[in-house]
Amino acid sequence: MEIKVVRKILDVNARMAEENRRLFTANGVFVLNVMSSPGSGKTTILEKSLSLIGIRSAVIVGDICTTNDADRLARSGAPVVQVNTDEFGGDCHLAAHVIENAAREIDLADIDLLIVENVGNLVCPAEFDIGEDARVVVLSVAEGEDKPVKYPLMFRECQATLLNKTDLLPYLDYDVEKACGYIHQVHPGMPIFRMSAKTGEGLDPWLEWLREQVKRKLG
Amino acid sequence: MHLFTIDMLKKSCKGGADSNNSVIASGKSAMHEMGIALQIVEIATASIPPHMKGVRVERINLRIGKLSAVVAQSLTFCLDIITRDSPLEGAGVHIDEIPVVARCRSCAHEWQVEKAVFSCPACGSGELDIVSGRELEVVSLDIADIQKESD
Repeated sequence: MEIKVVRKILDVNARMAEENRRLFTANGVFVLNVMSSPGSGKTTILEKSLSLIGIRSAVIVGDICTTNDADRLARSGAPVVQVNTDEFGGDCHLAAHVIENAAREIDLADIDLLIVENVGNLVCPAEFDIGEDARVVVLSVAEGEDKPVKYPLMFRECQATLLNKTDLLPYLDYDVEKACGYIHQVHPGMPIFRMSAKTGEGLDPWLEWLREQVKRKLG
Repeated sequence: MHLFTIDMLKKSCKGGADSNNSVIASGKSAMHEMGIALQIVEIATASIPPHMKGVRVERINLRIGKLSAVVAQSLTFCLDIITRDSPLEGAGVHIDEIPVVARCRSCAHEWQVEKAVFSCPACGSGELDIVSGRELEVVSLDIADIQKESD
C-alpha cells in the first residue's frame, strides 16, 4: 500500500525564513544575501561597501571555520556577527534558523541594512531562503567565464552579479563579454556590476543600486 | 564542500537523529544533501500513522526538480546510511526528476528549458516564470503488504 505524503522537504526552513522576513520588516531592516564561490572577494567588497554606503549597517558572516572575515569587517565599525557552521567538517550554507539566532545578537532598531555574507559555495546557499530581500552573487574574473551555466540556480536566484577583480584583467585570458553573455543566458537582463574592490574602481554603480533597493523597501 | 568520511557522516547523522528539533536545525550536516536526507527521514517517519508503527517501508518516493541543487546519487547514499536501524531501513528511493519548465510573461509560451538558456524561444523575452524544476518533495511511501507477510 501507499501512504500519501506530499510535503516540501525544505518547508521547515521556508517557514523560518518567512518568520525572519517578518521580523526584519517589522524592524525596518533590508536584508541582503551575498553569495559566491570561495575567494571571489566578498569580504573585500563588503569592507569597501560598508565604509561608502552611508546606511546604518550590520553584517552576519558565515564561514565553516575561523573569524578572519569577521575581524576584517569589524574594522568598518559596523556590528558583525560571525557564524561558524561547524568546528570540523562544516555546513556548506547558512540556513534560516542560523540567521534567526545570529540576528538576536544585533540591535535591529539601530540598523537599516543587514548584509549576510554567506559561506563560499555556488551550489547549496542558492537552495536556502534565509528571509532576505535581495540576493547578489559575486563572480571574480579569476574564475571561469562559464560559472553561470555550470551553476544556473545561483544565477537564477540572484538579482545582480558583482563581477570582481577587474584589476586582474590585463594578466588573464578572461573574456568579460563571454562571461556576461553566460550570465544573461541564464538570467536575461540581470544587472552586472564590474568592479575591483581592491582599487575601488566600479563600486559606485553597485552602491547606488543597493541604496535604491534599500530605499524601495524602507522609503 | 562534499569532502567527508563515512565516520564523520555517521557522527553527523547521529547528532541530527537524536535531536527533537528539526533535523536541518541540528546544523551538523557535512553536506547539504545530508541535511535534506535527514529532513526526508523526519517527514517520512512522521507520515506513518501510529497504528502502523513497525511496518516496513519499501520505497520512498521523491520529486526533485532538475534546477534544484541536489545530487541524486549523494542523496541516495546519505539516505542509505541514516535509515539503518529505523523503519526506513532498506527502503528504496525513487526519484521522479522534474524537468525545468518556464512560461514567458510576454507571450505566455511554455517550454522545457535545456542547457540553462532562460529566454523565450518564441519571442526572445527574458521575463519568465519557472513553472517547474524547483521541486524538493516527499510524495509518498510504499509500505510492505502486512497481510501477505503474515501468511
